Amino acid sequence: MSEPHTVTAYDDELRWLSRRLSEMGGIAEGMVADSLTALINADTALAQRGISEDLLLDQGEREIYEKAVLVIAKRQPMASDLREIIGSIRIASDLERVGDLGKNIAKRVISIHTMAQPKKLVRGLEHLSELALTQLKEVLDAFSSHSAEQANSIRERDEEIDAIYTSLFRELLTYMMEDPRNISACTHLLFCAKNIERIGDHATNIAETVFYVATGQQMTVDRPKDDDSANIVADPVE
Amino acid sequence: MNMMSEAATEKAVNAPADEPVIKMRGKDVCVFYGPKQALYDVNLNIRENAVTALIGPSGCGKSTFLRTLNRMNDTIENCRVTGDITLDGEDIYDQAIDVVELRARVGMVFQKPNPFPKSIYENIVYGPRIHGLVRNKAEMDDVVEKSLIRAGLFNEVKDRLHEPGTGLSGGQQQRLCIARAIAVSPEVILMDEPCSALDPIATATVEELIHELRENYTIVIVTHSMQQAARVSQRTAMFHLGVLVEEGATAKIFTNPDDPRTQDYITGRFG
Ligand SMILES: Nc1ncnc2c1ncn2[C@@H]1O[C@H](COP(=O)(O)OP(=O)(O)OP(=O)(O)O)[C@@H](O)[C@H]1O
Ligand SMILES: [Mg+2]
Repeated sequence: MSEPHTVTAYDDELRWLSRRLSEMGGIAEGMVADSLTALINADTALAQRGISEDLLLDQGEREIYEKAVLVIAKRQPMASDLREIIGSIRIASDLERVGDLGKNIAKRVISIHTMAQPKKLVRGLEHLSELALTQLKEVLDAFSSHSAEQANSIRERDEEIDAIYTSLFRELLTYMMEDPRNISACTHLLFCAKNIERIGDHATNIAETVFYVATGQQMTVDRPKDDDSANIVADPVE
Repeated sequence: MNMMSEAATEKAVNAPADEPVIKMRGKDVCVFYGPKQALYDVNLNIRENAVTALIGPSGCGKSTFLRTLNRMNDTIENCRVTGDITLDGEDIYDQAIDVVELRARVGMVFQKPNPFPKSIYENIVYGPRIHGLVRNKAEMDDVVEKSLIRAGLFNEVKDRLHEPGTGLSGGQQQRLCIARAIAVSPEVILMDEPCSALDPIATATVEELIHELRENYTIVIVTHSMQQAARVSQRTAMFHLGVLVEEGATAKIFTNPDDPRTQDYITGRFG
């Protein structure tokens, strides 16, 4: 941070927002990691924990909203302070969404668990999960260090997640066609994959916010977004 | 006639529509109070039909710069101005300039409301009369009514136009001073902290007035309220220790200023 404010209570308020947001980041990261580990290891107890942590993120988001509104009303922030406060609100809601997606994965772990041997198929998700988690971790670092450069590189890597998601989509489709008994598990896994891909998108959103807060400029518009799965159709089996 | 229209065409060609028209131009402006220098080589263009806000910490030279724009500094003993200041391209410090006429074209509203110790009516009609803008009672009545309406004061005072202006409340007095300033149809209005003595409602009235006036006038306002500068102006100029730190679009200055001194000042970080 730059120079302290003449009114020191203002600095305390901004620090509070930033600390609370870091906490939320830590919870979101841990919860996504738990859900993904639970998915890969079919660990329902761990999944259960992931589900319950979502509440903490909802609460964090609400607290940050309230505090931010109060600070705006009291201090009428300008320039970098204003960007930081507005950025906090946006990041809090991205993290809350990440929590929802993590919770949704955790719930599916519990459903898939009762089905026949999806382990082989789950493997394919591992790499995707690792990438999404790395993105989330790094964007939280970029946020605490106000690093526009790091934010930029995170956004660029989202393309990789999209590509892997698209190939997973194809793979799961193939399994379903091979044996209809896979359909139920594969559909859940497909949603899990989509959720992970969406977590990557939220990391990208956060990266864009971090960039704006740090520089006062919007990232360029040509965002590498969207997976190609919308164009995939299954060929009928002979 | 022909030459005029040719000149006009040429001007239109040279100044494309999206290029702002510069109403007043300050070039290398330095101001000294005796041996003490208060402004250092200020280069600032004032755009036509726009509101320019001057901001900066106390003592940075905002009022000093504002006063150079209608030669108010002439009235201060041992104040010396160097550099060029033009109004529509014309040097306002030229020997041939009639200062009284200049101040009719570039009007001023001060921080403290300063109505003359005369009636509301007389306060307003004084300027138009000495500049020969009104010839009879009907025209005087008309200018009084119009100016008061524009300043958002007419309804409050229409039944006591012949009572002393000093009998009004602070906010009413300030609007009376604004009515007085616009009565002579100036091209530029300079305002030095016009709302510092006003309550939020009177402040809002003055801001609404500034917003309306901007269509036909060029306005330069000094204000200590960052929010006010952000609300009323299109351009903002930041001064610090007699130096113009930066000037730019208000939206940019208040969200993402270039200079760290501006950043520190508007975010409340100046010691
Ligand atoms: N009449 C004067 N005689 C001598 N020095 C003066 C005079 N008027 C202003 N100064 C000095 O010139 C500098 C700039 O003053 P100015 O009034 O322009 O500041 P300002 O930015 O308008 O401040 P404020 O926000 O407090 O009104 C200050 O150092 C001030 O002391
Ligand atoms: Mg002043």
